[in-house]
Amino acid sequence: MTAATVSPSRSRQALGRWKLPIGVVIALVVAYALLYGGVIYQSHVLSIPTTAAKALDQAQQQMINALTIGAIYALIALGYTMVYGIIELINFAHGDVFMCGSFVSWWLLTTLGFSGAISNPVLLTVVLILAFAVSMVVMGVVGVVIERVAYRPLRNAPRLAPLITAIGVSFILQNIVFVVVSNSLINSPQILPNPIIRFGPISIREINLFVIVLAVALMIALQAFITRTRLGRAMRSTAIDREAAQLMGVDINTTIALTFFIGSALAGAAGVVQGLYFGITVFNIGFQAGLKAFTAAVLGGIGNTTGAALGGFVIGYLEVLSSVYGYGQWSEAAVFGTLVLVLVFRPTGILGQQTADRA
Amino acid sequence: MTSMLASNPTIREARSFLRRHQSLSILISVGIIAALLPIVATVPPFSGFGNQRDFVGGFADAGVFVLLALGLNVVVGLAGLLDLGYAAFFAIGAYTFAYSASGYTGLDVPFWPMLLVGAFVAAMFGILLGAPTLRLRGDYLAIVTLGFGEIVPVVFLNASAFTNGTNGITGISQPNLYGLFGIHGFGFTNPWLYYFTVFGIIMLTTMILYRLQDSRIGRAWVAIREDELAAASMGINTVTTKLLAFAIGASTSGLAGVFYASKLATVTPDQFGFTVSFTALSMVVLGGMGNIWGVSVGAFVIYEIQSQGLKQLNNLVQTARLPTLHLGPVTIDWATINFLNYQYLLYGLALVLMMLLRPEGLFPSRRRREELHEVDIEPSEIEPSEIGPGALGGEP
Repeated sequence: MTAATVSPSRSRQALGRWKLPIGVVIALVVAYALLYGGVIYQSHVLSIPTTAAKALDQAQQQMINALTIGAIYALIALGYTMVYGIIELINFAHGDVFMCGSFVSWWLLTTLGFSGAISNPVLLTVVLILAFAVSMVVMGVVGVVIERVAYRPLRNAPRLAPLITAIGVSFILQNIVFVVVSNSLINSPQILPNPIIRFGPISIREINLFVIVLAVALMIALQAFITRTRLGRAMRSTAIDREAAQLMGVDINTTIALTFFIGSALAGAAGVVQGLYFGITVFNIGFQAGLKAFTAAVLGGIGNTTGAALGGFVIGYLEVLSSVYGYGQWSEAAVFGTLVLVLVFRPTGILGQQTADRA
Repeated sequence: MTSMLASNPTIREARSFLRRHQSLSILISVGIIAALLPIVATVPPFSGFGNQRDFVGGFADAGVFVLLALGLNVVVGLAGLLDLGYAAFFAIGAYTFAYSASGYTGLDVPFWPMLLVGAFVAAMFGILLGAPTLRLRGDYLAIVTLGFGEIVPVVFLNASAFTNGTNGITGISQPNLYGLFGIHGFGFTNPWLYYFTVFGIIMLTTMILYRLQDSRIGRAWVAIREDELAAASMGINTVTTKLLAFAIGASTSGLAGVFYASKLATVTPDQFGFTVSFTALSMVVLGGMGNIWGVSVGAFVIYEIQSQGLKQLNNLVQTARLPTLHLGPVTIDWATINFLNYQYLLYGLALVLMMLLRPEGLFPSRRRREELHEVDIEPSEIEPSEIGPGALGGEP
């Protein structure tokens, strides 16, 4: 081969390496510009005079807002995508696991006697770790129990059967909370003091920073677990071919239970975040959140954890964008429209090439 | 006893006659049920729960759910497609009638043709939703219909310039017989007319559905449900066949919607939430997927339990003055428990338990039962025509 034929392929390789970061930067710039346009548009509609600097600042706040909401959806979407990846079941109860997580954290914080911001940083750290640990472990166990009772006996049944039990479990969780705890909106303690932190031109509230960093940290930990550990390898091999994995000595039941544990624990974490960030929860938030998170999972490419995280942020952004343009009550319609469009034109999602046969 | 009845030649002849003339037997049996129900309502203990008039009105509402269950049965029970947004088509039917016969639009199209129009409009929406998504795998259909069921009420709520938002559309016209049997408008006070109307609709729907089930299309549905790949390789166009099931299910729901809107004279977006789809699904699963009689009975029983049973249980418990229970940290004060709140919890439990323990439903269709318990089939249950050469030869 001559040097002339090598150099374009090398440059293409170099481009390939930079494709993702460049794409992300372009997407962020476009997203920011759209939000800016939305702020300007709204100020025209409501005829409130605004300056470019003010609008830029507002657009930045909305961007952070979108990332925060997106982080919550991403955490829920991970559970959907993991479960779908491994047993090809839409776990309808997953959104309600998220809801239960928010109630566990509410129960814990109010039982410990907290009602507002905690100013002592040591105490705050301890309480936060406690809230996340308790909610994640409890919901993880709930997830495992759901799998054991409602899905495992039907693993070889017709496809309709586990889907119907999943819907049933969803209603059971929702109505247990409805009957036992409360049938109306509940105020959850917002224990973060929430000052504004400045990084040069960017100002961000502590809670937003906390949520985004936490979500990204959990995602990196999950990715490391899946790709680097023995159990993670067992999960991947079970997802690809259950029988072959079993022949290679993987304990299928334990692996599937583990998947449910991790997915539900992440939903539990999202539940704690829901309480900390929005300060409210109600027995039926899981339904809508679940639908949106599932859309995120499909958008990213079902079975693909990176895709689910990406999809979560996209859905969060879509929701904020529609409300910035003054169509907040249509955000669900926008999300659902996205779902149908993705399913029709690219059922493998953004990053789902490797699971093309799953669609 | 059965053998004695069977050996009686007249009864045997009557039975074979009814088996040959299925529509006639449906006509007779639905007619008998329609005549018996109001009588049952006057017999204790039912007579203690309310007067006959209220019961008949309740039966008419139950009929709406029977229609919903019948339509959903085609989609879920026969074709094996999980439709979780079934209430959307109900809403579309109801709003279709609300637009064509109320003060809101100023139109007053008669009720009877609108039954068909409502069914048609709902079927069109079913095709619009199904055409792009039915190519996908079954569980994607479930989530898409779930989303659709969620969006349709949102649209009716938010597009308030066209739908009057939360308040919905009121003053919807009643059915009118234009003097036939001396009846003009149905009015609000007389539940009997609605009762007989809904029974008439159920009767016709059941006849059509039985015909469909035993037709080439019905067999294609079942084939797709059992093995889509095998069905496709036998020459069935799976997408069109599934789309047809979806459209027929949607049209039954639309039909029910027209009747419901006319009986209630009001439609609002919050009447068509996910709980309606979920209730209809519970009815189909409990009654026995694929069995027309089973899902009808399931729908009727569940509707009466939720509208009458739980209320009476409340009354019973409150009048019985049960002692307050102290179970460790939990205190159960019976008087404060409202059993109506447990409705959806019970449905959820019922769905899970049915799927685990008796997936064929309480009243299974014969085919479903045989599929799910293949070992239990006795040779005598297999008709000779179904036994091909070598069918009993052990190895397939």
